[in-house]
Amino acid sequence: MIVEARGLNHWFATGEARKQALFDIDLALPRGSLTVLMGPSGSGKTTVLTLIGCLRAVQEGSVRLMGHELQGASEAELTALRQRLGFIFQSHNLHESLTAMQNVIMGVQVRPGVPDVLARRAAARALDLVGLSDRLDYLPANLSGGQKQRVAVARALVGNPQMVFADEPTAALDKDSADDVVDLLKRLGAARGTTTLLVTHDNRILDRADRILTLEDGRIVSVKEQSRGSM
Amino acid sequence: MSRLLQWIFGRLPIGWMQLTHKRGRFFAALSGVAFANVLVFVQLGIMNSMATATLRPYEFFNADIMISASDANALSEGGNVARQWMLQALAHPDVTAGLGLFVGDVPWDRGERDITFTTFGIDPGQTGFLAPEIASDAALFQMQDVALLDRLARGLSRDEAAAIRPQTPLSFETKGRTLTALDTFAGGGGFGGDGFMLVSDQTFLSLFPDRSSAAPDHILLRLRPGADVEAVAKNLRGLITDKTLRIRSFAEAAQEDLRYQQTQRPTGVIFGFGVLIGVLVGLVIVYQVLSADVADHLREYATFKAMGYGPRFFLGIVIEEALVLGLLGFLPGLAAGTAILTLMGKVTTLPLAMTPTMAITVFVGTVVFSVLSGVIATRRLAAADPADLF
Repeated sequence: MIVEARGLNHWFATGEARKQALFDIDLALPRGSLTVLMGPSGSGKTTVLTLIGCLRAVQEGSVRLMGHELQGASEAELTALRQRLGFIFQSHNLHESLTAMQNVIMGVQVRPGVPDVLARRAAARALDLVGLSDRLDYLPANLSGGQKQRVAVARALVGNPQMVFADEPTAALDKDSADDVVDLLKRLGAARGTTTLLVTHDNRILDRADRILTLEDGRIVSVKEQSRGSM
Repeated sequence: MSRLLQWIFGRLPIGWMQLTHKRGRFFAALSGVAFANVLVFVQLGIMNSMATATLRPYEFFNADIMISASDANALSEGGNVARQWMLQALAHPDVTAGLGLFVGDVPWDRGERDITFTTFGIDPGQTGFLAPEIASDAALFQMQDVALLDRLARGLSRDEAAAIRPQTPLSFETKGRTLTALDTFAGGGGFGGDGFMLVSDQTFLSLFPDRSSAAPDHILLRLRPGADVEAVAKNLRGLITDKTLRIRSFAEAAQEDLRYQQTQRPTGVIFGFGVLIGVLVGLVIVYQVLSADVADHLREYATFKAMGYGPRFFLGIVIEEALVLGLLGFLPGLAAGTAILTLMGKVTTLPLAMTPTMAITVFVGTVVFSVLSGVIATRRLAAADPADLF
């Protein structure tokens, strides 16, 4: 298992405003799988994703990611782990002053010592993979919403991450683009063993998932295993 | 610039790209930094001009030790010193010469605007006590009612000053006498008087009949070459029987005068606060520019943090931005500061000018405080979880 969470609880705010967002979450994700986290707004999907993805400190419970315990991990340990992950955010979060190519290069240069020429080559290949080889020098402002999201996908994948976390990655995409993104993540899982945890409301992509976890009010209420190779 | 920064930092020059992405905002930030620089330059320039103006008259004389009254905090302030103490000092084996220095303000009624000369009366025969430019004219003002005028005095036109020569003297009435200026020297207007004038001690006493030749304002001493000035001053403090006198090296007297002007006179204290306020306002502007930039890009920084970039990366961006803003904001600030000081100098005739020390100090200060501001502004980023910043 690449991810194992046990007894995961999480609270937001402090004092009288303190509110529990997650209740005793247990989950395990096999390497190379594509897991979809579903549930209504406020059910805790993104909180689970950010806790497992080292974007938020674990308060209570245990999360083991790639063999590392995240509970009590130092900032340096979390930073090192993040370099082995890929993130796709709902709002693409591209750097507005960098071109598509430069944004993707940032996904390579996070690992020190990568020569500039190799970083550029890898970024060009990743953008080609998402069908944007003719938009390398475009600034985000000059790309459509779908194109921006594809740049964000290329940025997440360019460093060959062991695990990809995607928060509503298809929300801003039309059906074809959404299919392309999910197919790409599936292909990576098959080819490189990349594990994907994907938060979505998008029913269009459920049939691509190996496993569907449904959250309600901070609790996992159903786990649905699907046969692999359904793409 | 982009390639230079990429070469320096070994990565994409994100700070530079970020700053220049929105041109209007970038120029506003540069204007802010330049304005902060100008503010500090002007205040420092005024403070420096006070130092230059205060120390300038000391440069007219060539002395090792100065004896003054206990309340003589400045060259033109305080009581008199009895000439008999000069005679006592001359008994010291290392003291080779002594000179009584008289100081007083002499007005020149010019109709629309008076000129007040801070006037020094000395024995013109003692040329060893005079700076070379003045010593060469000492023979001229040995004559009664003859003066050397400050050609840089406020209110005296440059053409008028240039015309003053032994062949074409300038005469004017003051204190019921007619003074004749036979030549000029370079002084300059200060915060007290409009300029300087040198006359013989006899002429001085004619202008100030209530003053006595036995009681000059200060006594200047020259020592034999190689003598230890501090040691002799200490010996003289023991030798001279009036223990209230201030017996100091000439250089120390000048520095004490400067300290007095800057820390005890109202103008000096006001100028000092001006520098302090200028620096504080400058700091606030620089901090505001950097922290606003960091706040604007917090979401993008959080994304980088989520990707695995560490605190050094963000510090690198901020330092890059601080260097860019510090350098590119400094250059127009330097140009504007120099222009303003030059203009102010012309209008006021105060010695206001940009100096290399001021320029280097302000540049280093700008970059250092820009970096510190950036570091402070990135603290929130360092402390927060990336998920809290989206």
